[in-house]
Amino acid sequence: MDFDNLRLVEVTRTFGRRRALNKVSMTATAGTITALLGHNGAGKSTLLSIAATLLQPSSGEVHFGAHDGNAGGAGLRSRIGMLGHDLYLYAELSAAENLRFFAKIYGLDDVERRVDAGLERAGLTARRDDVVSGFSRGMRQRLALERALIHDPRLLLLDEPFTGLDEAARDALRARLRSAREAGAIVLLTTHDLAAIAHLTDVSVSLVDGRLQ
Amino acid sequence: MRKLFVPVAVVAAAMFLYAPFMILAAPYESTMGLVQKIFYFHASCGMAMFAAAFASGIGSAMFLFSKRPAADRLAVAGAELTSVIGLIVLVTGPLWARKAWGVWWQWDARLTSTLVMWMIFNAYLLLRRYGGPGSDRLAAAVALFGMANVPFVYWSVNVWRTLHPKTSVIPSLQPGMRGPFWFCVVAFLLLFSLLLSLRMELERRRQQLDELYLAAEGD
Amino acid sequence: MNPALSKSGQVVEESAPPAIEQPAAARVTRVSPVTRFARSVFEITRKDLLVEARTREILYTTIFFAVSCVMVFAFGFVREGRPVQDAAAGILWIAIAFSGTLALGRAFERERHGETLRALLIAPIDRPALYLGKLLGILILLAAVEVLVVPLVALMFQAALFSHALLMIGLLAAGTLGFAAVGTLFAAMLVRARSRDVMLPVLLYPITVPVIIAGVRGTAALLAPEADLPMARAWLSMLVFFDVVFVTLALWTFEPVMTE
Repeated sequence: MDFDNLRLVEVTRTFGRRRALNKVSMTATAGTITALLGHNGAGKSTLLSIAATLLQPSSGEVHFGAHDGNAGGAGLRSRIGMLGHDLYLYAELSAAENLRFFAKIYGLDDVERRVDAGLERAGLTARRDDVVSGFSRGMRQRLALERALIHDPRLLLLDEPFTGLDEAARDALRARLRSAREAGAIVLLTTHDLAAIAHLTDVSVSLVDGRLQ
Repeated sequence: MRKLFVPVAVVAAAMFLYAPFMILAAPYESTMGLVQKIFYFHASCGMAMFAAAFASGIGSAMFLFSKRPAADRLAVAGAELTSVIGLIVLVTGPLWARKAWGVWWQWDARLTSTLVMWMIFNAYLLLRRYGGPGSDRLAAAVALFGMANVPFVYWSVNVWRTLHPKTSVIPSLQPGMRGPFWFCVVAFLLLFSLLLSLRMELERRRQQLDELYLAAEGD
Repeated sequence: MNPALSKSGQVVEESAPPAIEQPAAARVTRVSPVTRFARSVFEITRKDLLVEARTREILYTTIFFAVSCVMVFAFGFVREGRPVQDAAAGILWIAIAFSGTLALGRAFERERHGETLRALLIAPIDRPALYLGKLLGILILLAAVEVLVVPLVALMFQAALFSHALLMIGLLAAGTLGFAAVGTLFAAMLVRARSRDVMLPVLLYPITVPVIIAGVRGTAALLAPEADLPMARAWLSMLVFFDVVFVTLALWTFEPVMTE
């Protein structure tokens, strides 16, 4: 199952009396980096969750190429990679063990080669057997990004990836995202920091109170 | 459904007015005497309580798998009625037991199972109230599990020795008692369906209110 | 309402974005769904046990808690050095229930930290496989706790828990499975709910009452002066039936309950 664009059509999501997203329509195509801007509470994380099929829209449609978001299931999820604000890493496991676990549950072949490649791209080969709880924020970020990319997802979703990173780490992240774009991925990231994404994104959209501006 | 409401209410009211006369006229039970007459309301409430629990369970199952709001309304209405009617059962039961068997409470299987079911649906209501957003779905799972639970505890009646009259008490009722008994059962089931539809309507309006809020806010 | 798209100051590539092909596409062997399912379950259980083995935090604290439980009840029920009849059976199962609830809460609290449960939900694992993986992990943990606590109860209450060892183990296994089956579902679904710490026992105990009843009565039947074996077997059968029904129910409802 593969797709070359992500399309949201009039997506609305309500939580009781709160409308988090209001008729949002947008398209992101393969080989682009799209930035989702907005203040906290504008609905960015909600939109990302919907793109990740973790959340169903209250109304509207989500299309992954020709596939409908509802019908996706495991096949669709195998093409999606996500990096949340909380990084999704097991603090008690080592860097290599984290990558290995996720490689296995994504059903990948050549697990060890991928783990090695991921560690190398993250610059953590020397620390591969060290437990993640001892890593700095930047190191964890790099590892988490490799974890999200280990299965070469078509759709890469990142929630506030630049938070808490120093300039060197930001450069590394930007470089990694560019190479993902070159490989044909659809990259969608949220941020409220405009400076971080300068010279990086192809498209920027803003969410204000759940609406696209 | 709504058109039937008033006629059913009238019928139910009439039945409740008449019921005491039927109960008074019914024969006395040999060992327990006058106290036994609480049975007519107690057992009827028991049946209504089970009806409420199953309604909630079915609504919950439908809500979990179809996500229709109407199913959720049925689930929550059923749960509330299980709690309320269950309270009546659990109060009238001990009142009867005290006089009939000399103890307020016995940890026999049927009493226990009724209590457990009551607790489960109270837990359902607590979860809906304090569980935060999305708790309607979680509570639906609780109701479903609760409903699946009932046969297990009920089955224990046949395995465990018990003071409580076994299920077969109904066929072995004296002929004179059957009439009033089924009369009361019907009356309570009618009352139950009235309350259920009322509560569901209330819930529907509450959901409508949420939608109005949303509509007023944006666009 | 159309989104106003604005380009950043990036040098725009003139060529169209690459077509669907991916140069380093992830190679995935075609395996049968059953194998894939089993592998997912295995990997999740293995990961849980690995994480636990690192710190052994939940294991040690749960064992200690179970022992404290037994002690506290001992003070309540043992008079003049002689245990109250049937106390051993009740205390054993209460300790299992209480410490099981604690272990469940802690295990899922761990998944909350770092939001790793989300990562598992995004992964292409079937939801039922996720449930089973977690369930097996909890079962192994609780089995380890029981290996220590059951002999302890036998000792402290002079209860001949092992005179009919097979039946006893059967009761423990079936009972713990029933408890954990419901508990895993509830703990997972409460991960993002408010008041989840108190909600778990509030929801779990009423629904696992049949398990406790069957466990206690079955154990008591075994401990009676003349062990009532047919009775114990009857309770064991009920437990097994309970397990089948509730594991099936949990597998069935795990997906709708976990999606928002």
